[in-house]
Amino acid sequence: MTVAELADICAVAIAEAFRGDGEIFASGMGTLPMLGARLARATFEPDLLVSDGEAFYVAGDLPIGGTDKTIEGWIPFRSVFDTLWSGRRHVVMGASQIDAEGNQNISNIGPWARPTAQLLGVRGAPGNTANHVTSYWVPSHTTRVFVPRVDVVSGLGYVRAAAAGAWIDAHHEIRRVVTNKAVLDFEGPGHRCRLRSVHPGVTVDEVVAATGFDLVVAGDVPTTRDPTDEEAAAIDRLDPKGLRLREVKA
Amino acid sequence: MTDKRCTEDDAVATLADGMTIGIGGWGSRRKPMSIVRAILRSPVKDLAVVTYGGPDVGLLCAAGKVRRLVYGFVSLDSIALEPHFRAARQSGSIAETVELDEGMLQWGLYAASLRLPFLPTRSGLGSDVMAFNPELRTVRSPYADGEELVAMPALGLDAAFVHLNRADGRGNASFLGPDLYFDDLFLGAAAPGRRFVSAERLVPTGALLDEGSFHTLRINRSMVDGVIEAAGGAHFTSCEPDYPRDEAFQKEYADAASDPERWSAFTERYLSGSEQDYQGAVRDRG
Repeated sequence: MTVAELADICAVAIAEAFRGDGEIFASGMGTLPMLGARLARATFEPDLLVSDGEAFYVAGDLPIGGTDKTIEGWIPFRSVFDTLWSGRRHVVMGASQIDAEGNQNISNIGPWARPTAQLLGVRGAPGNTANHVTSYWVPSHTTRVFVPRVDVVSGLGYVRAAAAGAWIDAHHEIRRVVTNKAVLDFEGPGHRCRLRSVHPGVTVDEVVAATGFDLVVAGDVPTTRDPTDEEAAAIDRLDPKGLRLREVKA
Repeated sequence: MTDKRCTEDDAVATLADGMTIGIGGWGSRRKPMSIVRAILRSPVKDLAVVTYGGPDVGLLCAAGKVRRLVYGFVSLDSIALEPHFRAARQSGSIAETVELDEGMLQWGLYAASLRLPFLPTRSGLGSDVMAFNPELRTVRSPYADGEELVAMPALGLDAAFVHLNRADGRGNASFLGPDLYFDDLFLGAAAPGRRFVSAERLVPTGALLDEGSFHTLRINRSMVDGVIEAAGGAHFTSCEPDYPRDEAFQKEYADAASDPERWSAFTERYLSGSEQDYQGAVRDRG
């Protein structure tokens, strides 16, 4: 599989995470998450709201990096917070570490008091995961990312969410983790991380070997689907410069 | 009529060692950088800094000014990780770090600006924010739901610094870009006496709406004690629509963090003189 084919499969898999979401803010952090949200809106989930990544909801097909936009709403950071607390949002974030329970870390690696690698900080991950659906995009599926236990719980996994009270438990959902090798979800027993599909040309054993915890593998694992013709055309329209290729590791 | 015009150095001269300061903007966007540079020139130290962090944090950390840092993230946006902040955290040079969810930070500033002791939120519950900040308390809803929520404490400030697009000499100010960020809350959370607005351009009060609708006029003079005219005051962060982020300069800044010699050359070239010298050095570079 070429990098271009892989990037398109990842874009579709991220778009699939938004299927059924209706009229909410489909928010993507990074190129492929943003492309996935716009792709879902351009094809099978037309009521989604998508942003320009700055402060505006945009109508129509805004290409990644494009500036000729049709603004349909204003979404400065304060409104992002209001929207996420209201639950009308599904975000696809990055993750430096993820564990089998769905805990995510973007804060730091190593001990909190003096990290070996300081990363971004928790950002909005605690509030996102407590309030609405969250998915993750991992451009490089390795045992460095998929670890037995995250060093910092920035975004809540299922065990943490259940312990945080009935309301959060009821509103918390980690829908998908899309990587350069596979699609994962948390539909294993007790919401443990499960292998949902492997990308074309990737074996189940490869994914298991690249995952640092026991991945739930149940039955025959399907292959992640290819883009339809309509989706392929939409991807070309939404990312004519191929910026998505820079964000995925072959 | 009070004329509140002053300079960056006047504003920074009101600070004392150990004070808690709030810095407006977001990441590498519309940061009051000329004021940050004035802090670098001043002897003030042991600051507690509350911010949606960008190069303000990096510069103050690199200069050893930060005793306590309250933040949700520190990022240069187009360069995801702030190298000077990373170095400070990894060397343990910041004595106290309070890392919060972005929304908790907003809530803390909002509570302070409303003179409330706390505001309730779900954000933070279940995450390591609660573990790393053991002083955070929860509160139980007194209503039928009985839900347990984070009682996000007010983040009161001794001083606040924000950079806006236009202001008049009395402290009315407008933002012309896409986002106010939380600048009004930083001013609201600060004690009267040390609430400073720098602006790209000072204009007569009657001209405040010449470039934007009344919706842009979000800062009024009751929120402000000092006004600083600072063309290029947000450089190298963005100040839309006046100018975008200076990406080349930001890269030079970030790259200079890679070794002490390059950093001392950077500070010598750009940060050793006055604000005027800085703006001149920026203009003169190739």
